Amino acid sequence: MAVSVDEAVSTGSARDHTPPARRLGGRGRSVLEVALLTVLAVVMLFPVLWMIETSIKENRDVYAIPAKFFDFTITLDHYKDVFVAPDGGRSALSVSFLNSVVVAGVSTVLATVLGVPAAWAYSRFAVKAKKDQLFFILSTRFMPPVVVVIPIFLMYRQVGLIDNKLGLILIYAAFNVPFTIWMMKGFVDEVPAEYEDAAMLDGYTRLQAFRRFTLPLLVPGIAATAVFALIFSWNEFVFATFLTSSDSVRTAPPAIAGLIGGTTTDWGLVAASSVVFALPVLVFAYLVRKHLIAGVTLGAVRR
Amino acid sequence: MAGIEVTALHKRYPDGTVAVDHVDLSIGHGELFVMLGPSGCGKTTTLRAIAGLERQTTGDIRIGDTLVNDLPPAERDIAMVFQFYALYPHLKTRDNLAFPLRAEGLPKPEVRKRVDEAARLMRLGPLLDRRPRQLSGGEQQRVALARALVRRPRAFLMDEPLTNLDAELRADMRTEIKHLQGELGATMVYVTHDQVEAMSLGHRIAILNKGRVEQIGTPLEVYDRPASLFCAAFIGSPPMNLIEVEVADGKLHGQGGLVLTPPPGLPRDRRLVAGVRPEALEVTAPGAEGSIPARVVSVEWLGDEIIYVVDHSGQRDVRVRMPPTVRFAADAKVGLRHTGGTPTVYDVSTEELVA
Repeated sequence: MAVSVDEAVSTGSARDHTPPARRLGGRGRSVLEVALLTVLAVVMLFPVLWMIETSIKENRDVYAIPAKFFDFTITLDHYKDVFVAPDGGRSALSVSFLNSVVVAGVSTVLATVLGVPAAWAYSRFAVKAKKDQLFFILSTRFMPPVVVVIPIFLMYRQVGLIDNKLGLILIYAAFNVPFTIWMMKGFVDEVPAEYEDAAMLDGYTRLQAFRRFTLPLLVPGIAATAVFALIFSWNEFVFATFLTSSDSVRTAPPAIAGLIGGTTTDWGLVAASSVVFALPVLVFAYLVRKHLIAGVTLGAVRR
Repeated sequence: MAGIEVTALHKRYPDGTVAVDHVDLSIGHGELFVMLGPSGCGKTTTLRAIAGLERQTTGDIRIGDTLVNDLPPAERDIAMVFQFYALYPHLKTRDNLAFPLRAEGLPKPEVRKRVDEAARLMRLGPLLDRRPRQLSGGEQQRVALARALVRRPRAFLMDEPLTNLDAELRADMRTEIKHLQGELGATMVYVTHDQVEAMSLGHRIAILNKGRVEQIGTPLEVYDRPASLFCAAFIGSPPMNLIEVEVADGKLHGQGGLVLTPPPGLPRDRRLVAGVRPEALEVTAPGAEGSIPARVVSVEWLGDEIIYVVDHSGQRDVRVRMPPTVRFAADAKVGLRHTGGTPTVYDVSTEELVA
């Protein structure tokens, strides 16, 4: 009898130690997983796919009922319309894309140039009421753009920044600097201050030490931070809609939104310009993906 | 090489923290001087002020005959070794060593000569073409030491250089640093929180607490006559037993009947505490001559010695160091008596040594 008791105990404990996944049956579980993920992927990707399809369909196929999934003629006319105006000159959309590049690019550079040294300073020096200052900096991000856009509109009108690319650049940089400071401070904290101390003993000034030794080690962090800032500026809609009006200043998001409405909507053109609009950020994120992953996971492990 | 004089050093940060309250140090030419204290006692801030990495709020620092208050770190002609080594990650060992010399603008043959010399001294030959990433912690610290050596500075500053190494390596590096210092006759200021390191390395030790110097003395002085209750509790492992005593009939009487020989010149009207090292007490069979009844609370077998923690009617947790041949079980009834010489005696209110 004693033996059977032992067996009962051992089988019982063995069952307890089996991971739950095994109990469900490894194969059945993975099939279920794949099925669910497939459904999710279809739901997520269908609009993107439909957008790409629409952008290369002829107009009569775009409006065809029932909708055509595979059986349609491919055309690049919509893409041509994105860049070329009917009279053969540059289209308003292409100007707005260029504006987006300038505004997003310059505001990101500005935010990085201001934010990285600030983050370094907050990380390295004993600053009076440091925590309060950092919280104050972060608090500027608490307000949704749509709440602050009216006061900013009024202020911009006073100083003549309405319908001006510089105005957008400044407001985007202002929104990105707090983000850059907070994210970069984490990266700077990870780089031992001793590098700079050692360099200073070797004859460099503090700023030279930062530039020559700390900055190169921060590159992955800067890349990750800049991509996020760039994506924010590139996608930003509310400020762009309220603060700009003329075709020569408008960025792409309000310009594309402007295509919808009126008596008819050229969905092919909307889809094509959306694809063009989505591509740069995707390509950029792909190019710096190594830094992005390093940047996002850095700091997860304590040295 | 040169001595270092620190006078009335005070460092207050913008956020109001006082890191160094008042520190006077006089470090001799060719001396290995250790600053010891718990974290936050101001030892590292003092060292960084000597290096010029922190600007003191008030006070003077002299290296040799030069007042260095307003000199940037590079012009103070000192070298520093850091806890995290701070080797430039993108440079090979050879270039890490040559870096400070090139920054000084020395001619190439001289740079090569000095690098080879330092590499030989620290036995870095096979490591010269590796990057810091490819070196172990101990190797990195040897490179860091060599990088300090190539400068031929007037003084070396060491900021907890061994803290990140494992125990065995730490003992080796300790010997190496001591040997090196003796050979070069270098002035060295060494910061640590490890009392074993401080005792084994230092010619003199400064014990810091809350931004003030509690005591400066040779390792033996610091161990035998701690200048304050803080030092008494900080130095020694296990630490000194602090026993409240009263003076009567020319003796010191602890509670529970423990009797100690008083040092001369005791003040009469103050509350006193006697500092008794664990090796100045003895656990005996119960009822032995001159002993008071006590009970063993716990026993730590350390191989070469045994630490008994005993309670007696007047006090709990008295620590006694005994040779491994004397064995009592936990909870045994034993005797406790004082066998050492006169204890140090402290005033409870000022926490300072009175006799």
